[in-house]
Amino acid sequence: MHLISPVLWQFLTKWLAASALFPPEASRIASDADALYFFLILISLVGFTLVALLVVGFSVLYRKDKHPEAVQIEGSTLLEATWTIIPLGLFMVVFVWGALLYFRIYDPPTNAMNIYIVGKQWMWKAEHPGGQHEINALHVPTGRPVQLTMISQDVFHSYSIPAFRVKREVIPGRYTTVWFEATEPGTYHLFCTQYCGTLHSGMIGEVTVMKPEDYQAWTAGSTSGMSLAQNGERIYASLGCNACHSGSPDARGPNLANVYGTKLQLATGGTVIADDAFLRDTILNPSMHVTAGFAPIMPTYQGQISEEGLIDLVEYIKNLNSNYRIQQTLNTNSISPAQSGTSAARMPGTVKQ
Amino acid sequence: MSTASNTIVQLPDQATATLPRRTYLNNEYGLKSWLLTGDHKRIAILYLISITFFFFIGGAFAGLIRLELLTPQPDLVSSDTYNKLFTMHGIIMIFLFLVPSVPATIGNFLIPIMVGARDLAFPKINLLSWYLYVAGGIFTLAALILGGVDTGWTFTTPLSTHYLNTHVVTAALGIFVAGFSSIFTGLNFIVTIHRMRAPGMTWFRLPLFCWSHYAASLLMVLGTPVLAIAIVLVALERTIGIGVFDPAKGGDPLLFQHLFWFYSHPAVYIMILPGMGVISEVISTFSRKRIFGYTAVAFSSVAIAVFGFFVWEHHMFIMGVSNYSALVFSLLTMLVAVPSAIKTFNWSATLYKGSITFETPMLYAFGFLGLFTIGGMTGIFLGAMGMDIHLTETYFIVAHFHFVMVGGMLMAFLSGVHFWWPKMTGRMYPEALSKLAALTTFIGFILTFFPQFILGYLGMPRRYHSYPPEFQVLNVLSTAGATVLGVGYLLPMLYLTWSLKYGAIAGSNPWQATGLEWQIQSPPLTENFTEIPIMDHEAYDYEWLANHTKHEVTTVG
Repeated sequence: MHLISPVLWQFLTKWLAASALFPPEASRIASDADALYFFLILISLVGFTLVALLVVGFSVLYRKDKHPEAVQIEGSTLLEATWTIIPLGLFMVVFVWGALLYFRIYDPPTNAMNIYIVGKQWMWKAEHPGGQHEINALHVPTGRPVQLTMISQDVFHSYSIPAFRVKREVIPGRYTTVWFEATEPGTYHLFCTQYCGTLHSGMIGEVTVMKPEDYQAWTAGSTSGMSLAQNGERIYASLGCNACHSGSPDARGPNLANVYGTKLQLATGGTVIADDAFLRDTILNPSMHVTAGFAPIMPTYQGQISEEGLIDLVEYIKNLNSNYRIQQTLNTNSISPAQSGTSAARMPGTVKQ
Repeated sequence: MSTASNTIVQLPDQATATLPRRTYLNNEYGLKSWLLTGDHKRIAILYLISITFFFFIGGAFAGLIRLELLTPQPDLVSSDTYNKLFTMHGIIMIFLFLVPSVPATIGNFLIPIMVGARDLAFPKINLLSWYLYVAGGIFTLAALILGGVDTGWTFTTPLSTHYLNTHVVTAALGIFVAGFSSIFTGLNFIVTIHRMRAPGMTWFRLPLFCWSHYAASLLMVLGTPVLAIAIVLVALERTIGIGVFDPAKGGDPLLFQHLFWFYSHPAVYIMILPGMGVISEVISTFSRKRIFGYTAVAFSSVAIAVFGFFVWEHHMFIMGVSNYSALVFSLLTMLVAVPSAIKTFNWSATLYKGSITFETPMLYAFGFLGLFTIGGMTGIFLGAMGMDIHLTETYFIVAHFHFVMVGGMLMAFLSGVHFWWPKMTGRMYPEALSKLAALTTFIGFILTFFPQFILGYLGMPRRYHSYPPEFQVLNVLSTAGATVLGVGYLLPMLYLTWSLKYGAIAGSNPWQATGLEWQIQSPPLTENFTEIPIMDHEAYDYEWLANHTKHEVTTVG
């Protein structure tokens, strides 16, 4: 043991033992991704071996000592067609396989539970609908599809969980989504894979996968006391949204109850599905998407609400299934606007000061 | 159809070879005669010196990056410095080394001679392109000396436009200016190949080197302006905030990705196609055979150039583009892989029934075949959309493009430099030492970049200053390989310089190759040909060469 260098010894005993060679498979999609990976490795090996055999074999057979006179051959259409069509066929198999996998990873099932992710230099914020907030961490249950709705507050980031084989760019100004279904409890790496400035390599975290009952306990134990929708309601009140979106027949803005997921007729003639991205856009840039029958009078809220605040608002509008709540909010607001203003100011992090 | 005929060619006795009295090197003397030259061969030498300079700067950065990654902790340099290191490594290696590497040096030297012309179509524009390259290099060096740039070579917005406080505009200007140097080179090649072919030199008698340069030139001329636009928009966004890429002003940050990759994907073909041209020449020469399926190899270059323009979105599969547009781009990516596969098999088949010798250029070419096959196949991994989700932005990508760009292009470049060194300088390089260098490069390369595939599948993101400790072993292997690789690159630098004075005199055709460039003296005359040759045979016609050398006495100027 002392005969070899201590560094080498440490290399052999400690590092090699702790070395990783293959990532854990911790989501339902992981084994499918790996299957494609092994197929790709297989055809690469076949291709590489074939080229290597040809080159080495011919080099041995037709080296100058053994084969002093070259025989000129123009080509062979048949052979060339063979090595065009066979690779093309294999590549097409890979294409279809890869496309199926892609559509599975990026098309979330409708029953997925939604978690919001906000990326900013250099941290990840996760916001659960129940009001649990996490930084550089994500807790998810096994056996349940989880959709991440993600947005960046500044530059491009990318949310990567290698053990789940999923990744998606997190972009400023638009929501992107990805989903997975975790299968193996444990903790896994979370990386930001898009270069985002100085501490790019520090924008990492841990994804904790828990059994459903443990997850229940975790959610109960780490709530901030207010759900995202409740936060959204406060912002809704403090910004005075209810002044126009009151739900009454003579209101100046469209009724927002049950609006989420419906198809809206726009003043420009087109239609649009009221999804998360649409709700966010209409708050920041109302004149772009005026609903038919309404005047373009809504002011922009660009720069007045943080991404987290927008998520709260979106979550509030998503869960709005009657006008009762709005009218309640309207009443408190019209009775004492000053009070609701101060209550909003007391909440840090929801409204930009 | 196959016309079978036998050729025996004896390599000429180099002991009797003498240096010609008058060459392009001694035609004029003095610095001014070099800096104001219109001679494509001298400009090629100027390029060769300048890109070698930048190669070693870029290489030094690569060395520092690997040294930092020896340990998981961020302990050698600060995070900002690390970010600057990989940014400058990328910018220098891509825009100042790889893009001009083969075309501006070997291509510049050989295209006119191969088509049987006295110079390129626009000698002054050729010189201007070198000056633009130098200006671009000076801007880049200025950005480096003033404190560096840390955008990554991809200049991702809005990071590059709003969040970084480094010399982005200076570096962007450098790339903008260097881009025009590449446009002018491409323009010159296109016009020369179209208009200045010698009598009898039909398109299908052109060496494949010309075909691949023609294809690459099309990409340079059509693609580079888009990069220039993207770069100017970044500079304008930074300086006066025009808001094209700024979501707060209604701009679209993804637009930059589209513009940037619209050039930068074809750019990888700008880099690899000329290398493929070198490989065709080298493999033909050292197996003494015409290239198997000349037409297929020629047209596959053009196919790569055409398809190469329509695959850029495969860099953006995870960026929230429409699933269906991703589908189209993935399909086209699979198609662009086919011509490369055809070339690889045709090169391998060229060896069949050849009479193969293993000089250094051939060893590098074999290295190219092996590494390019791995690089190309791993490209298929990344073109498969579902696989790309897991692999993109990790070390798998890093390994993949280094296999293609370094394993492929740099091997081809070194193969070409060794192959045409006797032609360019009139002297041979030391054979044993150069074989050792080729082997060292190959081993060092595999050791450096193969572990990165495994790291990538583990999920290690690229551009990470620190990493989880369980990735260390593979990183240590990679760094060890980089050391070997560094030696492999230093060796040619040293012995090639040595050979300028002490190398054996080459004679006009030391390899008994068929190209027109080998039928004139080495080093060539300034005007290349005393009289414009008449091409009466196909490229790679070793039978013609055998008769030719039998009946003619080589004239020495």
